[in-house]
Amino acid sequence: MTTDSARARPTKPTVVLWDWLRQNLFNTWYNAIISVVIAFLLYQLLSNLLGWLLTTQGWIAVLTNIRLLFVGRYPPDQVWRVEVVVALIALLTGLSGGVWKGIVRNLATGFGLILFVLSLIAFTFPNDGFNPMIAAPIFLLGSSALLALGIWGGSRIAERLRIPLIISWVLLYPIGILIIRGGVGLPVVETNLWGGLLLTLILSSSGIILSFPLGVLLALGRRSDLPIVKGFCIAYIELIRGIPLVTVLFMAQLMLPLFLPDQVRIDSVVRAMVAVTLFSAAYLAENVRGGLQSLPRGQAEAARALGLNSVQTTLLITLPQALRAIIPVLVGQFISLFKDTSLVVIVGLIDLLGIARTIYSQAEWKDFTGGVWRETLFVVAVIYWIFSFTMSRTSKKIEEKMSVGYR
Amino acid sequence: MADQTNQEPIIICEGVNKWYGEFHALRDVSIRVRRGEVVVICGPSGSGKSTFIRTINRLEEHQQGTIIVDGIEMTNDIRNIDAIRRETGMVFQQFNLFPHLTVMQNITLAPIWVRKKTRKESDAKAKELLERVGIVEQAQKFPGQLSGGQQQRVAIARALAMEPRIMLFDEPTSALDPEMVKEVLDVMKELARGGITMLCVTHEMGFAREVADRIVFMDHGQIVEEGNPEQIFSAPQHERTKLFLSQIL
Repeated sequence: MTTDSARARPTKPTVVLWDWLRQNLFNTWYNAIISVVIAFLLYQLLSNLLGWLLTTQGWIAVLTNIRLLFVGRYPPDQVWRVEVVVALIALLTGLSGGVWKGIVRNLATGFGLILFVLSLIAFTFPNDGFNPMIAAPIFLLGSSALLALGIWGGSRIAERLRIPLIISWVLLYPIGILIIRGGVGLPVVETNLWGGLLLTLILSSSGIILSFPLGVLLALGRRSDLPIVKGFCIAYIELIRGIPLVTVLFMAQLMLPLFLPDQVRIDSVVRAMVAVTLFSAAYLAENVRGGLQSLPRGQAEAARALGLNSVQTTLLITLPQALRAIIPVLVGQFISLFKDTSLVVIVGLIDLLGIARTIYSQAEWKDFTGGVWRETLFVVAVIYWIFSFTMSRTSKKIEEKMSVGYR
Repeated sequence: MADQTNQEPIIICEGVNKWYGEFHALRDVSIRVRRGEVVVICGPSGSGKSTFIRTINRLEEHQQGTIIVDGIEMTNDIRNIDAIRRETGMVFQQFNLFPHLTVMQNITLAPIWVRKKTRKESDAKAKELLERVGIVEQAQKFPGQLSGGQQQRVAIARALAMEPRIMLFDEPTSALDPEMVKEVLDVMKELARGGITMLCVTHEMGFAREVADRIVFMDHGQIVEEGNPEQIFSAPQHERTKLFLSQIL
């Protein structure tokens, strides 16, 4: 009786908890044993984990070094520049959320919430003993307010904002880098001082932004009729795919200077960017090629029969469909690129993971019972997870949205 | 319909040959199509009729012989090929609509990018064409939301939007459910009566009998027999034609 009504109205299960337990977990004697054992293990795991999370004193290491975690050895009196860039991103994200609604607004809301929660946390730890970022709580709260303002303003004048916003996003990367590095009127902060989350985000966003067009070009080149272009693309892709990222990073650090004149000195962050980009582009090219090959031949034929030339056919017909088909694969690749940037530690750059190691090996935690490496690594893992999870959820939402009307 | 005045031909094919590796797909195909003529090409599968119609807009390359379309000779020069493609519309067996674009965008794409027309102009023209093929209410949908018959009618409208002088149909009804064949054939009949030059590969003999000026029968990559519908249907000359017609009718 109960099951029947449950089947008829699946949204309102009328099955009581005990019935559900008996039907699913304790229906036979061996299932009952397995259930009990698993429940016990789960209880042990969760209670120990929660106990540790709530009682450990090691968080103090993370809190004391919060600035280090976020920006590395970036000079404290210049950190406001990073804050300006974050505030800019918050404003642009907010405006975009207001203009485009849907997925973009969800992203903006999520970002705003994180900023807001961080500001609350920062407020509860004012400058007493610890040394958080200068004026961090106010900056964080301000950014989230800016973001909210952006959503509100963006939705009011959506029509006029679209094109300026797209241009702003395109300009954000160079301008952001310029503000962080300095030069024009601002004191230069050498890239060897960049570190922590800042470095991780700069490396991975550069990798994603730069490797995307490069990868698409390589994929198109590999399908080209011109033998030299095709040969070059195949050789490049197969060479890079045949060696590990660590090797590419080392090559960029050690071999690149050999090929360049003595006067040209490229700093190691740029070299790492180049390495990550070149590496990622080869894999991206193969993914894009897969997408292009999955299209029926008739698509290109129909476009050519209509009189579109080959460039138009590629840009208007085949490439958009191919990219749409490989969104999940692309995002998967971007997620792994984001995490792979932690390998730059071995060429002497101190990214998010590198800074974690710096923090837990500081002398002041030497006498701390059990050390503070668990807490530090836990926080770093949470940060990595937030970014990766956001990317993967967003890709899923984009997929869902695009499949509407597609079938 | 059956205009017997001697006009200059719009399509001239002379001794066209094509090989796929060792396989001789087209053997010395020669045909002249007059302006406004409706030619139906039929024959058993594998007879080269689709290959032939696809050589006319260079979706297949021919290796020997000449093809001249509307005074432009088909050479390896991409400009000539593009010029010919602008004059010829093609409708495929598998529709080949662009699934990421709406019906409206499918139709206006080529006029905007190839003919350099304004969006407003092309939209108006697309509306008119959709009315003509009877599905103006589907303009904002995506191809995947339409039935096969509707998709094929959109494909016809898309080809017509370029205002071609010649329409090539490559088995336009073969992938359709039987109940949708008629709606597509009706559109094609209306087109044929409108005076456009049509080359049509099809097995729809009723359609051929009704609107064709000429029927061309192909087998093994060559033209076996051609003539007006009465000739072909009532008194086929060639054994192969007789056999084929007896199987299909």
